[in-house]
Amino acid sequence: MMKRLPWHIVLFLAPAVLIYSVFSALPLIDTLRLGFYTSNDAGQHSFVGLSNYLTILTDPAWSTSFWNAMANNFKFFLIHLLVQNPIGLILATFLSLKGLKFARQYRTFIFLPTLLSVVIIGFIWQLILSPLWGVSEGLMAKVGLEEYFSPWLGEEGSALITLALISVWQFVGIPMMLIYAALLAVPEDIIEAAYVEGASSWRIFWEIKLPLILPTLGLVTILTYVGNFNAFDLIYSVKGAIAGPNYSTDILGTLFYRTFFGYQSQIGSPTMGAAVATLMFLVILCGVGAYFYFVQRKLTRYEL
Amino acid sequence: MHTVLKARHLLLASLLAAGTASAGTVTIESWRVDDKTLWEEVLIPAFQKKNPGIQIKFSPTAPTEYDSSLTARLTGGTAGDLITCRPFDVSLNLFKKGHLEKLDGKAGMEHFPASAKVAWQTDDGKTAFCMPMASVIHGFFYNKKMFKELGIQVPKTQPEFYAAMEKIKAAGKTPIALGTADQWESNQTVFTNIGPNDWKGEEGRKALIAGKAKFTDPQFVAAWTQMSKWTPLMGKGASAQTYADSQNMFAMGKAGVYPAGSWDIGYFNKEGMDFGAFPPPVAKSGDQCYISDHTDIGMGVNPKAKNKAEAYKFLAWLGSQEFADLYTNKVTGFFSLSNHLISVQDPVAKQMLDWRKTCKSTIRLNAQILNRGEPAMENALWNVSSQVLNGKMTPKDAAAQIQAGFEKSRANAAK
Repeated sequence: MMKRLPWHIVLFLAPAVLIYSVFSALPLIDTLRLGFYTSNDAGQHSFVGLSNYLTILTDPAWSTSFWNAMANNFKFFLIHLLVQNPIGLILATFLSLKGLKFARQYRTFIFLPTLLSVVIIGFIWQLILSPLWGVSEGLMAKVGLEEYFSPWLGEEGSALITLALISVWQFVGIPMMLIYAALLAVPEDIIEAAYVEGASSWRIFWEIKLPLILPTLGLVTILTYVGNFNAFDLIYSVKGAIAGPNYSTDILGTLFYRTFFGYQSQIGSPTMGAAVATLMFLVILCGVGAYFYFVQRKLTRYEL
Repeated sequence: MHTVLKARHLLLASLLAAGTASAGTVTIESWRVDDKTLWEEVLIPAFQKKNPGIQIKFSPTAPTEYDSSLTARLTGGTAGDLITCRPFDVSLNLFKKGHLEKLDGKAGMEHFPASAKVAWQTDDGKTAFCMPMASVIHGFFYNKKMFKELGIQVPKTQPEFYAAMEKIKAAGKTPIALGTADQWESNQTVFTNIGPNDWKGEEGRKALIAGKAKFTDPQFVAAWTQMSKWTPLMGKGASAQTYADSQNMFAMGKAGVYPAGSWDIGYFNKEGMDFGAFPPPVAKSGDQCYISDHTDIGMGVNPKAKNKAEAYKFLAWLGSQEFADLYTNKVTGFFSLSNHLISVQDPVAKQMLDWRKTCKSTIRLNAQILNRGEPAMENALWNVSSQVLNGKMTPKDAAAQIQAGFEKSRANAAK
């Protein structure tokens, strides 16, 4: 007897598959295709193979800004990795401690900025750090650190770090919540057993809790990676699309925007832009692939 | 089955209804979001008084999104009938792609001098595709109260200018309200504002285009050299100061001068500021002065316009005395480009317009032809000029970097 087609499954999947294909998969495939074309004055496309990619990667007029954006993007990601995730872990660990007063309130306050629009965050921090009207200089003066104040968002050496830290401040709530949920899932009886055996809290954290939440930490890392290499909005709202000073805050997202849409007198080129977008996609794909191959496969999952 | 048919009829009916509603309504695409009320309450009613029965809709898009969304709408065939044109390459590009009609010999075009039309013509000057509407003039605004208190005369020469700035600084105030966080003003209101005095306006600009001069020549380096003297005059933390910060600073009376574009007149009037204007100081007394009198806004017709006849009627009106008068006096700081005689009412706007009588006009140095290439020279100039103002780059290096980029894009174009 022939098995009947499970219509209900098709029916339930259809909306998601349709929306995903139309708004995500097809545009992605079309972008990959567009990267192989070039357009002339009249706007007609013609096939040029890999020449757009060759230009971006080897012509100094393009490659300098591409590699600069790539390096900045890695810095941006590293700061998130080294600052955001450890802070998220520490906060989650404290929140999961038994008997911590106001734990819920802290959780809410720390998570709150993630709900705000990036444009608002950029605007607020620009005001806070402004050398003209900002409060930061005054606050630093109160503790005698006035001489260490400088216009961080305006200096080549510090602008990118400052922006990354602003982004960390905004999004630290997400790793915190994910890790917090994982910590809550650690079975009570294992920890009690360890106490009975005489293990210190410190040892319990390192040898029991941390190994159990490692898969979550891995997930947080890869989410941060994907988010950071797609980042655009904060830099655009604070520094504009030419990401000053001297392109020191230029990341792949802003480079893509300038190339695809154009900026001021720069005339946008959809085909070059598609090539940049494809490179961004490849960077993210490689990162995620490497993560799955080297990290995710080797993570030990404990049966709880 | 029946319901499907019904739905189809409904859809068809609503599409038809939408069609009839828009038939006869001329839509204007523009980036001047700020002027929407003015168009709706002053300009369009004035036109309709003369041309009853023609419906006009002013439908602006935010300036930063205008170019890309307009291109998308033109390609998709949903753009409005009249297209507000940016000067030079952005519009030239639209014309080359067949998104703008030829306007040679159309009613209204005869009222504009050749110099006004340059921004919207093909490189050979044979075909025009947008009607010139308005220009903006650059110079300096100064705080009248502060100048009076400190006994400073309005500077005419560069030595007088720097002496005045030092006096303001000595009084514990910020001499120049300017920051480099947004970068664009470093080029548009500083470099191409004060520079024409050094490179002799059109003479220097045309020499660059013709390949007879280089950015590394002394007349261009001189402009950056002046800017490098501004670093200590801009106040602390200027590298993180935005355009809005500078506006506020000047409006609050905290700074002596403000390198300005005439479009800011309206803003400072609204803030109740008591200010005057002076043109960029010349090197020494008696020198010919030059001003940046930049052709900024034009208007073109969409070849796929649904109401082409009405659109051309509106365009003819844009060339009229009435429009020139309304636009110059209501949109303070934008000056009509037509030949009509107009009496300007705003005192500062009048002051700036009067500079045309004594100083020679030029447009922004890089606006025509030079901007082509990757990355566009405009963006490169934002970058180096900001760095010079921040004291992070020498004038010579700035010139060398721009010249190198220019030679490269020229070589690419020749290929």
